[in-house]
Amino acid sequence: MLAFAAAIVTGAMILVEANQQQSMSLDILYYGLAYLALFGVAHLAVRRWAPYADPLILPCVALLNGLGLVMIHRLDPALRAQAAAREHAYTDAAPKQLVWTTIGLVLFIAVLMLIKDHRTLARYGYTFGLVGLVLLALPGMLPASMSSAGGAKLWLILGPFSIQPGEFAKILLLIFFAAFLVSKRDLFTIAGRRFLGMDLPRARDLGPLLVACVMAFGVLALENDLGQSLLMFGVVLIMLYVATERSSWIVVGLVLFAAACILAYKLFPHFQVRVSAWLNPDAIYDADFGSSYQLMQGLFGIATGGIFGTGWGAGRPDIVPVSNSDFIVTSFGEELGFIGLAAILMIYLLLVMRGLRGALAVRDTFGKLLAGGLAFSVGVQTFIIVGGVTKLIPLTGITTPFLANGGSSLLANYILVALLLRISDTARRPQASSRPKPPQPAIADQHTVLVERPT
Amino acid sequence: MNTPLRRVGLAMMVMIVLLLANATYVQVIKADDYRKDPRNQRVLLDEYARQRGQIIAGDNKTQLANVTGTTDRLRYLRTYPNGALYAPVTGYYSTIYSSNGIEHAEDDVLNGSDDRLFVRRLSDLITGRDPRGGSVQTSINTAAQQAAYTALTSRGLTGAVVAIDPKTGQILASVSTPSYDPNRLASHDGTEQKKAWTEYTDPNGPQPMLNRAVTATYPPGSTFKLVVTAAALADGKNKDTQLTAAPTIDINKNTKLENYNGSTCGSGQTASLQDALALSCNTAFAQLAHDLGPDKLRDQAAKFGIGQNGLQVPLPVSRSCIGPTVPSDNCMTIADSDALYSTGIGQRDVSLTPLENAEIAATIANGGQRMQPNMVKAILGPDLSPVETTKPVVAGQAMSSDDAATLRDMMIKSEQHTGGEGQLSGVTIASKTGTAEHGTDPRHTPPHAWYVAFDASTPGGPKVAVAVIVENGGDRGLGATGGKVAAPIGRAVIGAILGGGG
Repeated sequence: MLAFAAAIVTGAMILVEANQQQSMSLDILYYGLAYLALFGVAHLAVRRWAPYADPLILPCVALLNGLGLVMIHRLDPALRAQAAAREHAYTDAAPKQLVWTTIGLVLFIAVLMLIKDHRTLARYGYTFGLVGLVLLALPGMLPASMSSAGGAKLWLILGPFSIQPGEFAKILLLIFFAAFLVSKRDLFTIAGRRFLGMDLPRARDLGPLLVACVMAFGVLALENDLGQSLLMFGVVLIMLYVATERSSWIVVGLVLFAAACILAYKLFPHFQVRVSAWLNPDAIYDADFGSSYQLMQGLFGIATGGIFGTGWGAGRPDIVPVSNSDFIVTSFGEELGFIGLAAILMIYLLLVMRGLRGALAVRDTFGKLLAGGLAFSVGVQTFIIVGGVTKLIPLTGITTPFLANGGSSLLANYILVALLLRISDTARRPQASSRPKPPQPAIADQHTVLVERPT
Repeated sequence: MNTPLRRVGLAMMVMIVLLLANATYVQVIKADDYRKDPRNQRVLLDEYARQRGQIIAGDNKTQLANVTGTTDRLRYLRTYPNGALYAPVTGYYSTIYSSNGIEHAEDDVLNGSDDRLFVRRLSDLITGRDPRGGSVQTSINTAAQQAAYTALTSRGLTGAVVAIDPKTGQILASVSTPSYDPNRLASHDGTEQKKAWTEYTDPNGPQPMLNRAVTATYPPGSTFKLVVTAAALADGKNKDTQLTAAPTIDINKNTKLENYNGSTCGSGQTASLQDALALSCNTAFAQLAHDLGPDKLRDQAAKFGIGQNGLQVPLPVSRSCIGPTVPSDNCMTIADSDALYSTGIGQRDVSLTPLENAEIAATIANGGQRMQPNMVKAILGPDLSPVETTKPVVAGQAMSSDDAATLRDMMIKSEQHTGGEGQLSGVTIASKTGTAEHGTDPRHTPPHAWYVAFDASTPGGPKVAVAVIVENGGDRGLGATGGKVAAPIGRAVIGAILGGGG
């Protein structure tokens, strides 16, 4: 599977080079080999430390990451030319992203190595929760010079390095919520009263949900980051639902969400702009502040791509601002067309479904909740950004998992995948005690065995 | 807990399906609207990135404009090997400032979208080659163009030269100086483009992008006497018809109109039409115009193409007028008696493009038959194989062939009276000079110098009619005359055509 992903990525590289320069350069070899070596190591690590883990997750991630790298590499010359026209300096994003991928994979292996059993994480739930909160709030507290970039205040800028602590906070908070919900699960399930045919939770049990709400709102207020808060809120809501098996939580959550939206719309001009850009992009196309230029250019891009796309390297995705990060999906939509976009969405779906399968199969509730939450967060994140740039929902800035240019998101997502693999490994690990024989893999997964006729 | 997890999985699938449905909506259903949206630069950029056809000269395959491959995203850079020389023909092709000249007028052919190139486009599609643009062969004669350009620029003159093949109406030379370098406007470097554009369009600068050959209009001065003479001949007068020779005439109580230097026209009391034209006597022609009346003058002018609106060669040509240009209804209206006198000597409201003046000469050279001027000789495929050749179009009979012959002979006499350098041995030229006053203080403003001519003695009929204008006296200042400043240039162009074998 990995080799297959590598072949696709290298093929994509060759296409890009052919379309861009009409000649091949040694860069291809460099990137292709680096890619193959990296994921080869990652694969061996998985075989070593999580041998029973889902075999599809890593190839999916590798493919997404590889495609992202190729697109970033493909956009480099165009963006460099743009920067040169404005007499700005530009450093190529692809080598940087490759370095981030490497670091991400190192972290990935480290997580697999260090966390032998995901249940140990539950013990440190509150610690993680606290650290996560601090990380989340940190950029909001720091002066703008150390935390502000591109309108959102969610960075931690230390010299040449800048990371978004929020990305890591997301995972830590997920662990905390999983641990917290597991310990308090019974309370939520039993207590409460019926109202209008629904089991409403007790008011005091609403606490964590309210906390989540306030937190998301706080992040929004302090850091101008709609996407992250929406993501956090959605994931917490779903985890509550999974933990309690009560759909009433969803209803309560949605009501709160609606209220929060209205309040946010009233309070933050930032949010108003996003909504009006979504509802009526034509009207504010030329606006000085918060115009829909970017959104419309993205739509023009994917529409020009049409069903089959312009061909990789033959389109002009660089017209769209931040075409290699937030709007990388439109870059794909333009050059690979609807077909390519659908394929990428399918890879995401596969990834999420595989994660959820791990959640279904694992036996402990903490593992279920954590895996469900992690998988769901990847899915929701994809939905928020892809829906945003294709004008299905209002656009909020959030990274496209594994595809987009940006180190923090990549690192965080690799940790996330490592955890998913760990849980999946536990789920599929044959249990010697309960079953005397290791379970047979499904017929379809079995190797062909030559059975010798007894003589 | 598994049921909710399954539901979450289902929700995720629904979300992805929603995304796919929305992508379908954008990329398939609404795709055309978005693609054609004027704010979507992609279609335009695609056009810029196409291999644009060549623009080539008429007498040989000299490239006036071609493309060179680049490694940047536009892939092809438009280049003009001799940019400034041919700029009034090719125009420029800019990614920021659109285009003009042939680049603009024949854009469909050059970018390959013209229907006449359909078959070739189809074959490109089948063979999988990138679509290429067709080429345009202009009627420009490289020798004539070069001769005119050198003659003007070597003395730093501001002006224009237009040469026409009288038999076909093909434009053999179209020069405007000072000129500009279209390469700078075609640069893929936006900063360079902007810099060049600012420089070239500076209202206080020399205005190099004004195409003086076809879009600027000037008072024709004495060259307009050809039109007056044509009207007189059509009215039954002949070359011996006697006209006043007085040094001055009163056109109203307060205003006198006088001959050049205030001299009498020849030695007698009267002068023949032929002598008056040769000596370019103002009083004689003012009186003649007044006697003919506005209608006959206007009709004759219209037959020569003056007043024609929306002429395209295929570059858009400004309208030439004998009346005020504003409002446009008055273009062919001679206001009153005073104006009528001045019209007779090509002053006051009369304004012609150099192209129109060349057309008048060409019409006389062609036995009175006016040909539609055109700069495109043929449309060619990307590989320079012929697709369509422009056929000469008769625009009308401006004067009878007898009258045209008479006028030609009178112009030969006029040439003999014209001084200036650059006389060609073995060639009899028929010509008329003009020294046109202009501005608010005509006596102290250097006049425009004109020269219109054709090669009368060429066996088989004239090969070239030329009009030359040098603005503001050129390098001679107030003492400039058409004969001294403009005539040598015109003769050089005729010499270039005849010398090169046409």
